[in-house]
This record gives sequence, C-alpha cells and structure tokens, in this order.
Amino acid sequence: MSLLTEAEARNILQKVLALSKADECSVGLSGARRGNVRFARNAVSTSGGSDTLSLGITASFGPKSGFATINEFDDASLARAVRSAEELARLSPDDPEHIEVAGPQKYLEPVSFFQSTASLTQQDRVNATAASLKICRDQKLTAAGYLADGATFSSIANSRGLFGYQRSTQVDFTVTARTEDGRGSGYGIADFDDFKQLDTAAITQVAARKSVLSQGARAIEPGKYTVILEPAAAATLIGNMRFAMNARSTDEGRTFLSKAGGGTRVGEKLMDERVHIYTDPMNAQLPGAKWSAGGTAQKRHDLIEGGVVRNVLYSRYWARKQGLSEDKVPLGGGGGGGGGGRGGEGGGGLIMDGTNTSLEDLIKGVKRGVLVTNLWYIRAVDPQTLLYTGLTRDGTFYVENGEIKYPVKNFRFNESPVIMLNNLEALGRQTRVNNNLIPSMVIRDFTFSSLSDAV
Amino acid sequence: MSSNSLILRREFFSRAGAATGLALLPSWTRAAEKLAATAPIPAATKRILADAALNAATKRGATYVDVRIGRYLNQSISTREMQVQSVAGTESYGAGIRVLADGAWGFMALDQLSVDAMARAAFEAVAIAKANARLQTEPVILAPQKGLGEVSWKTPLRQNAFAVPLAAKVDYLLAANRAALEAGANFISTSLFQINEQKYFASTDGSYIDQDIHRLWPTFTVTATDPKTGRFQTRDSLSSPSGRGYEYLTSGAAGVRLGPTTRYFDTYNMIEDAAAAARQAREKLSAKPVVAGQYDLVLDPTHLGLTIHESVGHATELDRVLGYEANYAGTSFATLDKWRAKNFQYGSPLVNFTADRTAPGTLGAVGYDDEGVPAKRWPLITDGILVDYQKTRDQAHICGQQAGDGCSYASSWSEVQFQRMPNVSLAPGKTPLTPLELIKQVERGIYIVGRGSFSIDQQRYNFQFGGQLFYEIKNGEIVGMLRDVSYQSNTQEFWNSCVAICDERDFGHFGSFFDGKGQPSQVSAVSHGSSTTRFNKVNVLNTARKI
Repeated sequence: MSLLTEAEARNILQKVLALSKADECSVGLSGARRGNVRFARNAVSTSGGSDTLSLGITASFGPKSGFATINEFDDASLARAVRSAEELARLSPDDPEHIEVAGPQKYLEPVSFFQSTASLTQQDRVNATAASLKICRDQKLTAAGYLADGATFSSIANSRGLFGYQRSTQVDFTVTARTEDGRGSGYGIADFDDFKQLDTAAITQVAARKSVLSQGARAIEPGKYTVILEPAAAATLIGNMRFAMNARSTDEGRTFLSKAGGGTRVGEKLMDERVHIYTDPMNAQLPGAKWSAGGTAQKRHDLIEGGVVRNVLYSRYWARKQGLSEDKVPLGGGGGGGGGGRGGEGGGGLIMDGTNTSLEDLIKGVKRGVLVTNLWYIRAVDPQTLLYTGLTRDGTFYVENGEIKYPVKNFRFNESPVIMLNNLEALGRQTRVNNNLIPSMVIRDFTFSSLSDAV
Repeated sequence: MSSNSLILRREFFSRAGAATGLALLPSWTRAAEKLAATAPIPAATKRILADAALNAATKRGATYVDVRIGRYLNQSISTREMQVQSVAGTESYGAGIRVLADGAWGFMALDQLSVDAMARAAFEAVAIAKANARLQTEPVILAPQKGLGEVSWKTPLRQNAFAVPLAAKVDYLLAANRAALEAGANFISTSLFQINEQKYFASTDGSYIDQDIHRLWPTFTVTATDPKTGRFQTRDSLSSPSGRGYEYLTSGAAGVRLGPTTRYFDTYNMIEDAAAAARQAREKLSAKPVVAGQYDLVLDPTHLGLTIHESVGHATELDRVLGYEANYAGTSFATLDKWRAKNFQYGSPLVNFTADRTAPGTLGAVGYDDEGVPAKRWPLITDGILVDYQKTRDQAHICGQQAGDGCSYASSWSEVQFQRMPNVSLAPGKTPLTPLELIKQVERGIYIVGRGSFSIDQQRYNFQFGGQLFYEIKNGEIVGMLRDVSYQSNTQEFWNSCVAICDERDFGHFGSFFDGKGQPSQVSAVSHGSSTTRFNKVNVLNTARKI
C-alpha cells in the first residue's frame, strides 16, 4: 500500500505544488514497507513489520521558509499542510544561508529495486532464518542474528520543475555464533539489494567456523602489530573518516584536514598511493541514490585517489559561498535533504578499490600479525588527528609465517584511519558491508593499547 | 551520545518514525508550537482503536496482546554563532501491536489508524507470531501483570517546552552563542532538543494507560582554534538531558555548584556555561599534555554518569546476560552464576547501585513501562555485591521472579518494545565529604568533569573514557589543566578501586538522550545519579598523535 508507483507519487506531488502560493515550494514523499526477524539463543526473539507513508512540504517566501509534514492524503489534508508550511514561512526570520531550490536535474538510473526483496513474505524470512539456525544447532553453537528487509520509494518535486522518483530494496543479515560455554564467538555479515543473492547458510558457516576456532584465546602483549583487517573491521573507520571530511569545518580550521597557518590539506598525499576511495551511484554492487541534498543529481566523486585527498563534502550553501559549482563537488555534510531513499549524506555508499587477492592469500603474505574479523564500539578520541578507539570482536587470531596459529584475546585499539591507510601493506578483495564496498587490507603498526577479556 | 551535532540531529529524528528523512529538510518552522497547542487525542478514541486490535488478535488465537498508540512530538532548534541553522518539528502518530500466539511473539505497526486497519494489522501480527513459532524451542513465559483499568501519568513539569514561543528559545540559544563568542570562542553550535511522548497502552490484561512524557536537552559545542599551529580544542556543554519542562532553563541558580569549574544539576544556565566553555576551550589549547601512567581519579557526576551507564547499567541488563543482544550490543560478564553465588564483588563495599524509574526530573521516570508494569525502584549492587538485574515480563521467570521490573520500552510506536535501562545510580557516601575535601586527600591525581569519548567491549570488561575538563591534582591542590587524557580500566577492577564517595549534598544526575541498543537500533533516554567519587591507581593514556 505504501509503495506508490511513479505516476501515483507524481500525481500527489503535483497536486501539492499546484496548491502552493509561495515563491518556492518543494515536496518530498516517501514510503516504506519493512520486515525483520531477530533471533537469539537459537530461536526467534522479536519479529515484525511496518508500513508507512509520509509527505513533507517546504514553502519559501524569499529567504523565509516553513516546513510541514502530513500522512493523510485527501485533497483537504494536502491543502491544509500547504497552508501550514506557508504560514510558518511568513512567520519565520530570514535565513542568511537560504539557497533557492534546485532546478530540473538529469539523474543517473541506478538499478536499486529488486522484486525478489520487495515481495518477501514472513515465511521467506523464517526459512532464511531457519537455514542459519540449523547450522548452529547442528554444531552445538548458539546463534543470535538479525534479518531485515525493506522496499522503499522516495519522490521529490519542486516549483522549479524538478522531479525525481526512486524505488529501492535492501536486505541485511548478520549472525553471531557462540560456543555453548561462551569461550568462542564468530561473526558473519552481508547486505544486498537483491534477496536472491543472500545465502544465510553460507554466512552462518563463516561465523560458526570462527566461533569454533576462537575458543581458548591466548593473551599476547598489546603493542603495534601488523593486522589483516577484514572488510567489516575496516569499514567503520573509513566511513568515519569520510564523515569528518566536511568542507566548511575544514575551511574553518577544525578538522584533520585543516592546515597550520590556514588553508587545507586537500590536494596533499596523506595515505599510501594505492588508496582510492570514492562514491559512485552506478556501481552495480552498490547502487546509490539518484539525488543528494535538495534533489541535486548524484555523481561519481573521488575522495581519496592515489593517496591524495581530492575532495571534501560541501553543502550547497558552502559550495556557492566558496565560488564552487555545486555540480562539480560532492554534496553532503550540511543541510541534508535525504537521498533517493538510500545513501543520503555524502552520496550513498563508500567504495574503496581492492585487488583480486583472496583473504587467504593476504594472510599468506604476513610474517607476524593479527587477523581481525570485526571492530566494535568505535568512538572518536581526538578530531585533530582522527584518532579512534574501539575493540576487536568475534574472531581475532594470531598469524605467523602466513598461517593462522591460534586465537588471541581481544584488543582495545587507539588508531587513526589516516595513519592506518598510510601504513597500508596490501589490499584484498572488496565485500559489501553496511552499504559500503570495502576490501580486506593488511596494515602495519596498528596500535593495540590493552587487552580485553570479552569473548 | 555523540557530541557531533549532526549525528545528534540524525539520532533525534530517527525517533520520528515515518517522518524520518523529511525532517532534515532545511527549514524554519513553528510546527511544533502548533502541535503543542493541539489537544492530545482523547483516550476514549484511542481505546476504541486499541480494543479493535485486542479483540481481532484474540479472535485469531493470540493468548496475550498489547497495543501502543503513540503520538511523538520532537522539536529541535540548532544555531551556530549568530544565526539559526534549523528549527525542525515532527509529529509521528501510529500504533504498534504485539501479540503472543503459539508461544511466540509477533508484531505489526501501522500509521493509518482506523478500526478496520487496526484489526487487519492485528491479524498480520498473529500470522507473524505463528510463522515464528516454527523456530521456537521453548514458549515465551510472560510474568503476570494485574490489569490496572484506566489510569494515567504525566511528567511533573512546570512549563511545557513545546508551548514556549520559539522566538524565546531561539533568543536564549543566541544569547549563549553571543556570550561564548565574546569570551573568545571561534565557533559555537547550540541545540535544544525537546521530546513529548503521548503514549497510550492497552493490553488483554485489562490495562488502559495514558501517559504524557516530556524530556528536554539543551547542549552546545564550543570550538577554539589556533590558526598558527592548526590546532583546535572543543568544550561541550555541562548540561544534562532532563525529564523536566522548560523550567530546567529558567529556575535560576538552584542547581548551580561552584568549585574548580561550575557544574549544573536540576537547573542549567547555558549562557554562563557557554562563556565558561569559551575560556576553557582556549585554556585547553595551551594545557599541559598529560604524562601517561597511573593516577587517582576524582570523577564528577557529569562525567561518572557515562562510566556508570556503560560499565554497570548495560552489564546488568538481563537480556544481554542471557544472550539476546549477542549479535549487536553484546552480552555481559555479570553472568547468572555470579548473581546466584551472592558473593560476586562487583565493586568495593562502598559501592551501592539502585535501578529506578521513579526519581522526579530524570529521563527514566515514567508511571508505567511499555508493557503495562508500574514504575519501581530496586537494588542492583549492594555493598559491592551483584544482587539483581533489569528485567522485562518475559525474563522475570529466569530469576525466579513473578513480575517485570518496568523496564520495557520502545522508541516509537513503529518499533517493538524490549528491555531498556532504567536510571541506574550510585548511592552517595554515608560519611560527610565534599568534592574539595576529597581532592585535598589526593596526592597525584586528575579531576575529570563532563562527558567525552567513550568505548567499552561487548561484555563490559575493558573501557576507555575521555572527558571535557581535566585538572591535575598535586598534593591535594588543583595545579592546572591537562589535555590528551583518556583512562582505561576493567569494570570489576575499577569499581573495586572506589575508595571514597562524596555525600548526598553533591548527588546529581547525568543523562543520555541516545542510548542505542537492539536491531533495528532503538534509542532510549536514561539518567544516572552519583556524587563525586574517587578511584585509585587508574591507567591514564596520552592520546596525542601526529598525522
């Protein structure tokens, strides 16, 4: 019911625009139908669904704007919401950073909607969950996990003739397998747009294997180690770095890219030359949002290329104030506006190039190091250097002469992704993790500062 | 609990259910003022809708049903320097239906409420429960709860923040900004978050509970930069989110505590604190780098609340202990065998923790939880020994108990309710002691005020915390400010190193608006009370790096 077609969405948006008497009006309409199964202790714990549809209207008179939302769609309700936004706009003070709405855009057409996901039933979810549970029960392991799927649409229109519509689907699966005595724990993760690509059993096998192998972890001294970070472990640190790459804050002298004596470090080589991080809405494995802030078309943008910082993220206001064309810079990090039902701030998922080297082959190349499955509770310590702290989790192993030797106790780390990507030794294959495409990677001198007893 | 204002806004509006995504459109709006003026939906109307779902699900074979009809109002005002960045108000209205059928839970949420739609969603919830039952190994055992009939509860507030004119609130934030800029700040971002949960709960137990819950959080980040060196320092607000109305900001000096730095409890003066923050952010630029090593720590309640939250609050959640959060938030070292042994020394004998959903002005204070259990207060750690956990109705039997603890909460009508943390507070010391007297007893230590960076492992052993202000203590005197300070410890070791707690005169509540847990992740608001406390020989790191 909530997944309107393009024609249905356009009809409602045009009706709203026709009702507007403001200088400018922009309207967003979005709907979602979602379902999930959460399991723990080898059984379903909570499970449910939701079905929602909502409309937001921004009306502007010069630099004064008002905003109203509604989730009733009869003509009288729509008219009431338009009047409400306009009334609020008239009452508002001038916004010195007001930017007129974007004109019509030519959007790329990422394929982000899959019927296999949109038509999932509870029985399908239960079957996928059962496949995961069976593997753990058979091996006398205890499974906890989460399967969530959603079909969404997002639509946008404004008084300058802009119109956009995008349908998307996504399914996310994570599982943690623990030994009955709590001495071993392993993790598996995957996300796709197409449910057909999800193999919950295969992911659970990985988690189960790690759980068994991680029993009886030994304590080794904290310190600087070469680490093999699996994609799930690297993704959050790299994602956090992107979030800190804000143009305005950098220009104001308060990010890791602000330079002593003024100016910025954009254009400087801060990382290993193999580091290439970018966004690309047309990537087939990670189809992105059609639009970013204010409906502006999403494009491919390099953030780090050849280890050099190529771009930081702008709001439309800050791009204009700096004399830059908003078509030429990545938008995000200010103002917001929601992407086409996915991605959003900063333009969808982050992509880091990898190689064809398998994780096994990466491990073979390491003389002495630690294999890290996942990192947990990552928090900023110092924005000046982008220092983060957190812990390893759910499968940490000592590697010697190219082989996994034994499980080790988890570590707390204190490390900056900037330093980490400068200390790159080798890159492996990409995997999609939490809406990012990130490779496995070998990093030297990764700082472990203490041991944790947690399993 | 991030200090980044964009993250805060995102988390704040992630509460808004269907309105998410639209709420971030740049806007200046008086929508929330109007919403506050709108009369709440009459309980009688909600009862008709709720009964439709209760009856429909029961007819399809549900053995227990609860319905939550929620109208959630959020308003946030964000400013920077001398301008307003955004004012956003959202209203989210809908219902969540939870059923127990064939021994398994099922849940369905909807936002187009009518008697027919409620019945249809109830049918769907039962179908989901029956599908889930196939994977169930043991049926859900729900602790009984006597039907309460028609009852209501309201946050005891003097001034509804939603009803305060926006212009007055904006003027207040801009006055704080002006004060900070005049005192030497390069930048300041201020925010005022306001929440009103109008919640109606009905269950097949025979309860019809109408609640009107209000929460408020004024906060800011001040930045001082040094263009010559390219260095910058921030100082965040020392306010605490509060279960109060706008009187939190207008009640004068009642909650002000003077000392090495001014601290605020029960009331808050953002203008004064912003000016102090500007001076202190600049002072931090030239503060002495800490020398790593062991120090005795003196932790203020504005700081200690977060350490309590992570190392005691989360560790004593029974769902973690049992493994229900193993895939995300983690499990707990405070296992059932330690509780059964009745001698697990969680902390030193000075350490007493209480769970509470009743203390006025706190974020955890409610009349009833989201499964119809009346609010209460109970001990978790007594004389250093682990004595109990936080439980929902379907967990009580595991501890041999016959009732839920009033710990069930969902952040929205669209999310399923589950076990969430009540206020977990450290009891004040019984011997008269003030923070200054406590500092006088320390030979080599650090006095820490305000929340900073925080991280803890998934079983709640190893943690690392930063702060806002770090003062070096030498021979009983504060000798100056330190920077680049974080401390690392192990929960049991840390609480057993607790050697002194100031008395009840210093007791105050810290709060968090954004405690995250669950899949899909839900936020919940919680307070933690404590008095200034001393911990001996804690490992301190220097976190400075060069890139």
